[in-house]
Amino acid sequence: MNDFKQCIASPARTILRYRERTGKGVVGVMPVYCPEEIIHAAGFLPLGIWGSPNISITKTRAAWPSFVCSVAQSITELEALGAYRDLDAVVFSVPCDTLKCLSQKWDSSGVPAIVFTHPQNRRDSEQAACAFAREEYRIVKEKLEALLRVSISTDALKASIRIYNENRAACRAFSDACAQYAGLIKPSWRHTVFRARWFMEKSAHTALVNELMEAVRAEPLPDFQGRKILVSGIMTEPEEVLHILEENGFAIAADDLAQESRQIREDVPDDADPLLALARQWIRFDGCPLAFNERKPRARMLIDTAKKYGADAVIVCMPKHCDPEAFDYPILLREFRAEGMKSLCVETDPGTTSFEQIGTRIQTFAELL
Amino acid sequence: MKINVGESSAEEVLDYYLHQIEEEAGSAHKEGRLVCWSAALAPAEFCEAMDVSVVYPEIHAAVFASGKGNTGLLEAAARKGYGRGLCSCARNSIGFMEMLKQRTAFGSAPEALQESGAARVSLPDFVFVCNNICDAVLKWYEALARELAIPCIILDVPYNHTMPVSRHNKEYLAAQFLDVVKKLERICKKPFDYEKFYQAQVQTQRTVYQWKRVAALAFRKPSPLNGFDLFKYMEIVVMCRPKMAGEIVLRKFADELEADAAGGRFAYGEAGEEKYRVTWEGNAVWPFFNLTGRTFKETGSLLAGAGVPGMWNITYIPGDLASMAEAYSSIYLNCGAPYRYEELCRIVESSQSEGIVFHIDHSCKIASFLHREGAEYVQDRNGVPFTYFDGDQADPEVFTGAQFENRLRELTEKMEIRKS
Repeated sequence: MNDFKQCIASPARTILRYRERTGKGVVGVMPVYCPEEIIHAAGFLPLGIWGSPNISITKTRAAWPSFVCSVAQSITELEALGAYRDLDAVVFSVPCDTLKCLSQKWDSSGVPAIVFTHPQNRRDSEQAACAFAREEYRIVKEKLEALLRVSISTDALKASIRIYNENRAACRAFSDACAQYAGLIKPSWRHTVFRARWFMEKSAHTALVNELMEAVRAEPLPDFQGRKILVSGIMTEPEEVLHILEENGFAIAADDLAQESRQIREDVPDDADPLLALARQWIRFDGCPLAFNERKPRARMLIDTAKKYGADAVIVCMPKHCDPEAFDYPILLREFRAEGMKSLCVETDPGTTSFEQIGTRIQTFAELL
Repeated sequence: MKINVGESSAEEVLDYYLHQIEEEAGSAHKEGRLVCWSAALAPAEFCEAMDVSVVYPEIHAAVFASGKGNTGLLEAAARKGYGRGLCSCARNSIGFMEMLKQRTAFGSAPEALQESGAARVSLPDFVFVCNNICDAVLKWYEALARELAIPCIILDVPYNHTMPVSRHNKEYLAAQFLDVVKKLERICKKPFDYEKFYQAQVQTQRTVYQWKRVAALAFRKPSPLNGFDLFKYMEIVVMCRPKMAGEIVLRKFADELEADAAGGRFAYGEAGEEKYRVTWEGNAVWPFFNLTGRTFKETGSLLAGAGVPGMWNITYIPGDLASMAEAYSSIYLNCGAPYRYEELCRIVESSQSEGIVFHIDHSCKIASFLHREGAEYVQDRNGVPFTYFDGDQADPEVFTGAQFENRLRELTEKMEIRKS
């Protein structure tokens, strides 16, 4: 756990070590979904950029109107502070209006931005959507090759896809272990492992996760007196929210967070054409408010997942000013109620500094359960 | 009721056709026609070819909000969990849907529905969403389809992070057009009428031609057209693009304006009353439409250019799907910088505007989040001063008249200094 914690505490040191070890650089990955495998295949480190929960907005207060999400706001603030100047490039996906605008505001002292668009008509026009996604990814690859002065071979991309799929499998196994060893693995530790995934080269992350799993499995199954929950939303940050969950006896049995399990839910399928394989992964991906599906299967998926992992309730972490999540919630709530699934929605804004209200709500919810 | 177009004013012709469309939408089910609720910039040509009655929730939001009749609808949406923070047009239509459901269930129109003034509209048989203006519409129509358990046709228009529109983007759109046809055939249970589709494309181009003719009249100095009227007539270009009614109304309006200009009659009466020419960037503040127009007039500011009405300048070659795809994709809000800012520069320059008013619309992130960059881009180019104000396209709670007036007066001072 200490290795994971150190990685999160100092991403700059992780980047420096990577540079020293490989002689290659780092490419920033903006939220939410990105074919990171292409960056990895270039030998560069894909580094997740989700802003910082502990930053106060001073330099860029005027950059956004008041109704922007704090992820976008804190990324802009960090950009103004020069936090991203050492990156070789950044890759933007634009699955919501805020991210579209963020991609157009980017101006980090000459660090080039590569923007791509995910297709959303993934059911009625599956083939055309797949072809579009493949071409967008091909352009991302071409631009990376030109910017980073590298050549990304088909074999290298296939190897990176394999490394990423192994990492996804390891993370899914870890998530399962969190449900099993609820008395041992705290919510904040679980989050640390997932957060470190954004800063580490994936085969190194997989090795560390497997090492941790071995250590966990060596322990006897602990007796857990608390309640298991499923958390859903964009992210659970700031970390104080996780501490509040711990104080109230909650363990996270599974998650449906954009920053965590939605990244590892869907493997990249096998295909002779690795770019097409990456495109097919997006076409198959579901249950996220950023991936259009008029059948809205997310509630059913959450209910099934909660049952599978023995979760007593679902906690929806609702970021402020996040349209995709806010549009989904009324339907989630209705289906939870119809199914008798207990749920709570808490506003978990990364910029929050006062946690009394969240604490009271979670404590009350724990008592009700 | 019939109308003699030759002897009536453009406004009378407009009212006549809008009334007729509402009547048609209200009686569609009785006549065995399907009803579709559609995004305002979805290609209406497809539904026109299948004789589907199309209702536009964005227009409802504008009409209800400008008549102060949507508070009950916003409350109904909030009771369902769609609270403030989400697009007010979406909340308006979700509230409206809920009221219509209650009317169907209980047999009488709830009070909020009566207040809205559109009690005759039917619930949709399917919805048609197109995200060439924003991605919020995807979530909005996804919710409508799920709430009503009806089919949803989607035309996904990818964000143009580079311009011109890429070949693979146009190919994706053209392929989707064919899938829209297949889905419509399944929903309507009849074959697609390709000849009618072609005629709808031709008619759309004829309507758009008249729409551009009207908008260009505001570029004249002095102008016979008050740009607020452009927002008012937007209703017809949204609802009647593929119908002859759209062309008739807009031609009549353009002819009237031409005659006014020739006769020395301008938007504010005498030519000298037009003291400043201003571009409006963003949607109208529909709940305070008259107040904002009045404030413009009081300060001698003429609304000469606007970006939003120009989104309906959809120009393509009938029969050419790639050309149609490019037209529906090139909506400026669907394009990244610098194209989007260049478009604003073009409007400011064409309209000979001396200042820009940016509406920070709390319901529209895609429009509002890049105002600052757009303003700086235009100012760097030609030094035009600008101002911002807070508002909302369909929620009356955000806008304050005092802030708007102060900001506009501040802008007129800047324009005056620049003139001198």
